[in-house]
Amino acid sequence: MKRRDILFASLGLILVWQIAAMIVNRPILPAPVVVLIVFVQQLGKGLMIDFAVSLWRVTAGMLLSVAAAVPAGLAIGGSKTLNRIFSPVVYLLYPIPKVVFVPVVLLFLGIGDTAKIAVIFLILFFQIVVLVRDQAAGLSPHLIQSLQSLGAGRRALFRFVYLPASLPAILTALRQSIGTAVAVLYITELFATKYGLGYYIYYNGSTLLDYPAMYAGVIAMSLLGLGLYFGVDWAERKLCRWKFVS
Amino acid sequence: MIKIASLSFGYLNKALIFDDFNLSVQRGETWAILGPSGCGKTTLLYLLAGLKFPTSGQILIDGQPLTRPRPRTGLILQDYGLLPWATVRQNAELGSRVRDFYGPDGKHSPADHESKNNIDLWLKRLGIEEIADQYPSQISGGQRQRTAIARTLALQPDLLLMDEPFSSLDAITREDLQNLTLDLCAEQKLTLVVVTHSVEEAVSLGQKILLLNAPPNRSARVFENPNAGKASQRNSAAYRNLCNLLWKEMHHEAA
Repeated sequence: MKRRDILFASLGLILVWQIAAMIVNRPILPAPVVVLIVFVQQLGKGLMIDFAVSLWRVTAGMLLSVAAAVPAGLAIGGSKTLNRIFSPVVYLLYPIPKVVFVPVVLLFLGIGDTAKIAVIFLILFFQIVVLVRDQAAGLSPHLIQSLQSLGAGRRALFRFVYLPASLPAILTALRQSIGTAVAVLYITELFATKYGLGYYIYYNGSTLLDYPAMYAGVIAMSLLGLGLYFGVDWAERKLCRWKFVS
Repeated sequence: MIKIASLSFGYLNKALIFDDFNLSVQRGETWAILGPSGCGKTTLLYLLAGLKFPTSGQILIDGQPLTRPRPRTGLILQDYGLLPWATVRQNAELGSRVRDFYGPDGKHSPADHESKNNIDLWLKRLGIEEIADQYPSQISGGQRQRTAIARTLALQPDLLLMDEPFSSLDAITREDLQNLTLDLCAEQKLTLVVVTHSVEEAVSLGQKILLLNAPPNRSARVFENPNAGKASQRNSAAYRNLCNLLWKEMHHEAA
């Protein structure tokens, strides 16, 4: 993604929004200019803090899920036995919309950040496990055998083959799940918190009926997602340079 | 150097590929293993590499039975086994990095292993120092094969095993690399075992040519070819005669 293209896309969306606002002509859909002014004002009044809290929760969830799912995916993908035992488990749990567990997780982990991070973790964990597993299982046997003939045992194979080979899969999984993660973040922040963009949007939209402020929160959420996409793209260019050579 | 004694091997629930098979290879010889597909020639190479193990019988290298890949054996597989995410230099260094990773434990790396960086010499010797920072996807098949050779020779093996090493290369590159391989083997005093389905390649590389039959292989049929690798050989009548003979033998087997 080029920055210029994102700028054009933003301008296009603002134009559509402007036209929609003129047609609807009700307080529930304020014009972009109004919202943008409120957005800047709100940044000083606490929206920044909500943004930071949400960013922390979603990033922590992403990092934790990578830390747990990558070894799990590599182990399952690298061993036929583990694959036979755990793949059915993964397939049984994967399709369950993890959002249904929000009340349960809240009950067990309390009302703090832990519960919110845990829900995001649950969702991302399965997506990353499946992609990393497939990547590890699909590695060419010649690659493995060549490394074995150079003396590599299990640990060296992990370090020199499985881990670097799964990096693109990890980043793909993260990129695919950013949208879901942010959507789930909103839902978890409806419960038992006074901070975060989810709370901010819900509070302004449904309690205060301050629509421009609510849309300012939506913009902040969109920027949060965009920032995460940029982060993953940046990491991919850094870590998978070989993917970008011609 | 290599002693194969009463080797039997078959894949699970399949007929035996080798049945009471014997062979011995002297240090410094170059061998070509020739045969039609499915004859077990690649299987034999994997057995020699310590990546597969006999159902019964023994393979001794330097008097030691194989229980795992031997540190002084170099193996180059058909698609060269290069890491796509590593540059030519990183790929060539891979063997020493694996050894440094374990240290001189006598199991994954030789007990007298010392960390040293001699990779530039090898990149230069194989003529790939110019492309050292490129990735395998950016270089030609011949350059990939050179990278694989550099990676293997940097570990200073005494036995080099190659599986169809030149089959995907164009004729000129193939001949270049065949000559280079023979030069390097002579220079490093390597024993060479090359698996190939090409009669010409077998006759160009192997001082001894092992012809495998349709399985099960019970006895080794070895053809002597003392002129292998000599510059004048490829145009000689002996070369063409041996090619014809092997060609007939292979087709006779297939029929």
